[in-house]
Amino acid sequence: MKIKPYGDTLNDGKIQVSFTLPVEKSQKGVAAAKEFAKSMGLLDPSVVHAESIENGFSFYVVYGSIIHTIDFDKIHVEEITTKSLSRKEIEKLIETEFNREIVFVGASTGTDAHTVGIDAIMNMKGYAGHYGLERYSGISAYNLGSQVLNEDFIKEAIEKKADVLLISQTVTQKDVHLKNLVELVELLEAEGLRNQIILIVGGARITHELAKELGYDAGFGPGSYAEDVATFAISELIKRKV
Amino acid sequence: MNKLNLDKNKILTCRFYAEQIALNVQQFIDIHSTVSVERTVLRFLGIDGIDEFGVPLPNKIVDDIIKNGDIKIGVSYYVASALKFLNIDLQDFLKLYIQEEKSICSYPLINKQKVDSILKPYYDKSIDIIIQNKNAREEFINKYPRSNPDLYVIVATGNIDEDVTQAVAAAKAGADIIAVIRSTGQSLLDFVPYGKTTEGFGGTFATQENFRIMREALDKVSNEEKRYIKLVNYASGLCMPEIACMGALERLDVLLNDSMYGIIFRDINMKRTFVDQYFSRLINAYSGIIINTGEDNYLTTSDAVTEAHTVLASQFINEAFAKKAHLSENLMGLGHAFEINPDIEDSFLYEVAQAQMAREIFPNAPLKYMPPTKHINGNIFRAYQQNTMFNIVTTLTNQSIQLLGMMTEAIHTPFMSDRYLAIKNAKMIQNSMKSLASEIEYKDGGIIQQRAMGVLDEALNLLMKIDKDGMFNSLENGVFAETKRPINGGKGLNGVFEKASDYVNVISKRLEESFNED
Repeated sequence: MKIKPYGDTLNDGKIQVSFTLPVEKSQKGVAAAKEFAKSMGLLDPSVVHAESIENGFSFYVVYGSIIHTIDFDKIHVEEITTKSLSRKEIEKLIETEFNREIVFVGASTGTDAHTVGIDAIMNMKGYAGHYGLERYSGISAYNLGSQVLNEDFIKEAIEKKADVLLISQTVTQKDVHLKNLVELVELLEAEGLRNQIILIVGGARITHELAKELGYDAGFGPGSYAEDVATFAISELIKRKV
Repeated sequence: MNKLNLDKNKILTCRFYAEQIALNVQQFIDIHSTVSVERTVLRFLGIDGIDEFGVPLPNKIVDDIIKNGDIKIGVSYYVASALKFLNIDLQDFLKLYIQEEKSICSYPLINKQKVDSILKPYYDKSIDIIIQNKNAREEFINKYPRSNPDLYVIVATGNIDEDVTQAVAAAKAGADIIAVIRSTGQSLLDFVPYGKTTEGFGGTFATQENFRIMREALDKVSNEEKRYIKLVNYASGLCMPEIACMGALERLDVLLNDSMYGIIFRDINMKRTFVDQYFSRLINAYSGIIINTGEDNYLTTSDAVTEAHTVLASQFINEAFAKKAHLSENLMGLGHAFEINPDIEDSFLYEVAQAQMAREIFPNAPLKYMPPTKHINGNIFRAYQQNTMFNIVTTLTNQSIQLLGMMTEAIHTPFMSDRYLAIKNAKMIQNSMKSLASEIEYKDGGIIQQRAMGVLDEALNLLMKIDKDGMFNSLENGVFAETKRPINGGKGLNGVFEKASDYVNVISKRLEESFNED
C-alpha cells in the first residue's frame, strides 16, 4: 500500500513545517522559505505566515504537498512484541519463576538533569495512575537520580547486584546523549558485565530500534509505563534462565 | 488581597514554626564555616585568577591553609599576616605567591584585632563596586519603570557568545529576565571555573567573565528597548557564596538560591548547604539580588495534588532562612509551579488555588512561578495549550516572575522560535486579561477556597512535625520530594568545619554590621 500524508483528501500529501531563518523578514526571506520547502520535496509550497523575531531573524509557517510516496508494506520496525502484563501478573511471575528479589538500578545518566522519565518508571507513585517499580513486590528498585556518571552507575550496579539497568535520557543538546549511551555499553563490555544484565534505555527521543542499534536490549519511548518495562525485563530474564 | 478567606492565625502559626525550625539550624550555621565560605572571603578581597594548572587562586589558597595551617581560624588571618609581614600590596603578594610556591602559612600570625584594618582597603573596593551596581540597577529601574510580571526565559547554548545572540533576540521579543542555564554538573564542582567559556553541556559555565559579557550585552539592549533586562544565574551547589559574590560584582539581578535544593536534588551534604546558603544570602541581601527558591522541583518528583502542602511548608522555611540572612521581603522570590496533571477534573481550579494562596500568604514576595514540565509530552500543540493555561493563572493571581513554558519542553533546549512563540503567548494573555484579576472573586466555600484552606492546614501540620523532629532529621526522613538524605552523606561534607574561638571572617562581619546599623 502506497501512502502519502493526509490533509483533507486521500493522498493529497499535505504537510506543515515551521522554521526560523537568520535574515530579516522580507519578500526575499519569504522566497527563501519557499525554496527550502521546495528542496524538502514540497510541491506548490505556500508560506502562510512570516513574522519578524527581531535582530535579523524571521519565522515562517509553510504548507505544501509532499511529492514523495512511501510503500507502507515495505516498512520494517523493531518492536517489542511482548504484550505488557499487569503489576499483579508481573509480581506473580517473579514469585513463581524466581526465588529472590529482582534488582532494578536506574538513573538519568551523563549530563542529563531531568528525572521525570526515570521517576515515572521507578518511583512509588509512578505516573498517570501506573505505579512505579518501587511499589512492586519481588522487585527492589534503586533510583539513583540525575547526572550520574556512567562509571558511578556501573559501580552501583555491581554493588547492588543489579539484574536490570534502566537508563533515562530526557533532554540533550546536540545529541550528546547518544555518545553517553554508547559509552555505557562500551564500559559494561570492558567490565565483562554486558551479558549478565538486561540493559534498557528510555526517554522522549528513544525508540526500540535506536536502542537495539546502540547495543541495548530494549528502548522505551514516550507513553511507556513501569509495567511495560517490567514485563520486558522479567520475560527476558526468564528467557535467559533457560 | 483576600479572596481565599484563609485563616490569618494559621498563617501566623506556620510562620512561627518555620522560624523555630530556621532558628535551630541557624545555631549550627553560626558556629561553622566551609571552604566555599572562605574562598568567598578571598574573592571579596580581590583574589581572582588561576595558576598555571588552571586552579582558581581562591581554591589554591584555601587548600594551602588546610594543608599547612589551621583553616578553623579563617583565611582572613593568613592573608592579613602575610601582607603585614612582607609589607606589600595584595596583588604583589599574589604574584609572589604564584611564583615562589611558598605557603601562605609561612608568616607569623598577627594579632586578631589587626586583621580587619589590614584587609579593609581591599574588601572596601569590592563593597564599593557592589554599592555602585546596586545604585546602577535602581537607576535603570527608576528610568524604565514597569509593571509585573516579568517574563523569564532561558538560554542554554553552552557558548556565551551564542547565548548573547539568543538573549538579545529574546529581550527584543519581550522577555524581561534572561537566565543563562549552567553547564550540567557545575553545581557539583567545588570550584568556580575561570574566564570566558564557549563549550558546555546543556548550558554555559557560570564564570565571572561570562556574567560580565552577558550583563554588558543586556545593558545595551535595556537602553535600546527602554526596559531593564534582568540577568539570572544559579547559586545552588557547592559554591553558593562564591557565585553570590561574583553575581554581586557583575550586577546579576536574580540568583537561584534555595536553602535546601542542593541537599534534596543534588545530594550535597546538608550541613554544607545550610552554612553556604546563609553566607550566600547575606551577600544577596547586601547587593539587592532577588533569590529564587526551588520548591517547583518538588512537584516534578512528587504528585502536585497530594504534595502541594510540601511546597507551601518549604516556602515558609525558605522565608524564615531568608529573614535570618537579612533578605527583605521584596527580594524573596519564593518558587512554585503549575504541575498538576491537566487531565484531572478541575485541575485548573487547584492551580488557581495554589497560586492565589502563595500570593496572599507572601504578598510582598516577587513569587517565581514555573510552567508545566512534568505532564508535557511530545505533542507541541498540546504543550502550547497547557502553557496558555499556565499564563492565565499567572495573570489571574498576580505572580511576579513568570518563567515561560516551551512547547518543545523535554524535546530539546529551546529553539529561538520556541522562545519567541512562548513570549507572544504570555504577552497576549497579559494584555487581553490585564484587569481580569481585579474583576474576579472566588465563591465562599467553593472549590478554590476549600482547596487552599486544605493545603494550608496540611502545611501547618507538616511544619509542626518538622519542628518537632528537627530539620536535619526531617531531611533524613525524606520530608521533601520523597528524597532521603543522611546527615553525614552527600557531597562536600569534608569542606565543613567548626570555627575556632578566635575565628575571623572580615566579610561576614562587615555585612552583618551593615544590617545591624539599619
